[in-house]
Amino acid sequence: MQTPTAIRALADENFRPAGQGLVTAFDGRVSVRYRTRTVAVCSVLLVLAVGCVFLELLVGDLWIAPRDIWSALTWGGEFASFIVMDIRLPRALAAVMVGAAFGASGAIFQSVSRNALASPDIMGFTSGASAGAVFMILIMSANHAQIVAGAIVGGLGAALLVHGLAYQRGAPGGYRMILVGIGLSAMFVSGTAYMILKADLDNAAAAYTWLVGSLHGTSWAQVTIMAVALAVLLPTAGFLGGPMRLLEMGPDAASALGLSVRRLTTGLLLTATLLAATGVATAGPVAFIALSAPQIARRVVRGSSPGVFSSALMGAVLLAVSDVAAQRVVPNTALPVGVATVVLGGGYLVWLLIREQRKNRV
Amino acid sequence: MSANGTRLNATELSLKYDERTVAENLSVSIPDNSFTIIIGPNACGKSTLLRALSRMLAPARGVVHLDGADISSYPTKEVARRLGLLPQTCIAPDGITVADLVARGRYPHQGFLRQWTKEDAEIVSQSLRQTNVFELASRCVDELSGGQRQRAWIAMALAQQTPLLLLDEPTTYLDIAHQIDVMNLCADLHEEGGRTIVAVLHELNQAARYATHLIVMRAGKVLAEGPPAEIVTAELIEHAFDLPCTVMADPETGTPMIVPAARARSRGRAAEVPLGSS
Repeated sequence: MQTPTAIRALADENFRPAGQGLVTAFDGRVSVRYRTRTVAVCSVLLVLAVGCVFLELLVGDLWIAPRDIWSALTWGGEFASFIVMDIRLPRALAAVMVGAAFGASGAIFQSVSRNALASPDIMGFTSGASAGAVFMILIMSANHAQIVAGAIVGGLGAALLVHGLAYQRGAPGGYRMILVGIGLSAMFVSGTAYMILKADLDNAAAAYTWLVGSLHGTSWAQVTIMAVALAVLLPTAGFLGGPMRLLEMGPDAASALGLSVRRLTTGLLLTATLLAATGVATAGPVAFIALSAPQIARRVVRGSSPGVFSSALMGAVLLAVSDVAAQRVVPNTALPVGVATVVLGGGYLVWLLIREQRKNRV
Repeated sequence: MSANGTRLNATELSLKYDERTVAENLSVSIPDNSFTIIIGPNACGKSTLLRALSRMLAPARGVVHLDGADISSYPTKEVARRLGLLPQTCIAPDGITVADLVARGRYPHQGFLRQWTKEDAEIVSQSLRQTNVFELASRCVDELSGGQRQRAWIAMALAQQTPLLLLDEPTTYLDIAHQIDVMNLCADLHEEGGRTIVAVLHELNQAARYATHLIVMRAGKVLAEGPPAEIVTAELIEHAFDLPCTVMADPETGTPMIVPAARARSRGRAAEVPLGSS
């Protein structure tokens, strides 16, 4: 039998799980551990996201040369400046920010419920937020800030209902949460349909375009609200994202490691719901980004779970690319971005279902 | 018995799941530095007791004391630095490596800006070696055999470096060789580090062989507790499990060995058949 001293001699003070890096500062008092591959993938995605913003600036009915776009961005003053600064730039920024919000939100839902199918769109949070927003648009004829508030109230209401109905013995059950969510989602969708049926034609058409998910006519006011929300919610999600990984080992194992499971779960679900709701308020319930971005990110990163930041960046790139495609695929007809994401994400979902079924997981 | 000075003890616990009462007025104390094994028939409340001792389940009445104070008065991370628990069902996240899993055991000792110290590195590599999974460190947990996987989970609990370690049925689902392997590991860990280990077990003979302190439960009550050699009798086992049996000395260790009584018709049959005739 080994004595404790012998064991200490065997121990390695430089040991680290393979594929992980370490940054230390202040004589080892500050140490941050990271996965090398995650950092590399996130850097590439960040560059791609910035690239997407520039690509969006190029796209539109009117061709504006990159040189003119650059001068509009830097000193403005010309005709191009109006199109670039007031139409295309807000739209481009909204695309990456809404994508990031949906991506991060989906990562949290999938991690907390330990299910790749969990995402705010499937679990009814998005349709709750949509119902809230449509109510504000049609019944209250609200301005943008009020629509945001309506979406948040609707999203949180849906989250509370799902959480409350799916709660079992002190821990939220994964499958239960999804099933309850699908049921509630159907109810919200029919409620929204009823409101649209009762509205007059113009308003109904506007609400409907919004429901498909559209970035058309995004204003600076919307971009500002979205930016403020992300500035608060993304760091929160990142902060909770570390302990979130421990939750995946099951509530018992996580709390044995010193996690307050209930408090952490509540914090995570609240953050994820707010992310989804602000995204919905800005661009409508753009489908499938929250579902597919975390899963694609997870596969690229080769991690054990969808990370918050990699999923957010993946969501930003996916939504921006979808938006460019939606504007360009059919000549002279700018489709709402939701159409593109449904095609992209729907195909992905079918592939995921087939794959998971082969693994006997669904 | 109330708080009698051991690091972990429970006084007059009333344990309930929703409305179903599992135990009333249950008191136990875990002797320091013991390898305590809790046995009892299914649904006797042994796992529930373990959950209460590790503050997974809040008792409806009564108190669990950890180091002299009510366990619920500690911050959760502080409990996790004193008491480790390996639950019955653990889920390894998809594609996680053994080293990464074991490193998670350091969570209660880490902070947001203190994620990996030299101490963490030493303890994780030491835990990997102690449980004999160091060579598997960069393998995925889902690729391992049942026995290796259980070793990896124990390594994670070990990396928590707690003086108290609670294991809920650590050998269930393992074949007999791996069961003995895990029990030997627990006994080593108990002898080496001056740790107190508490395990819930189904296998009576393993319990009697490895425990330094045995707790026998039935229907939410402790029937007997003490060193196996002093308390295990045919009457006690029959009372606890409704199982008529004979108790004899384990030929390997001299500890009590429980042999269930045979059906009346097959009793002595083997003796009538000449050896080698099968």
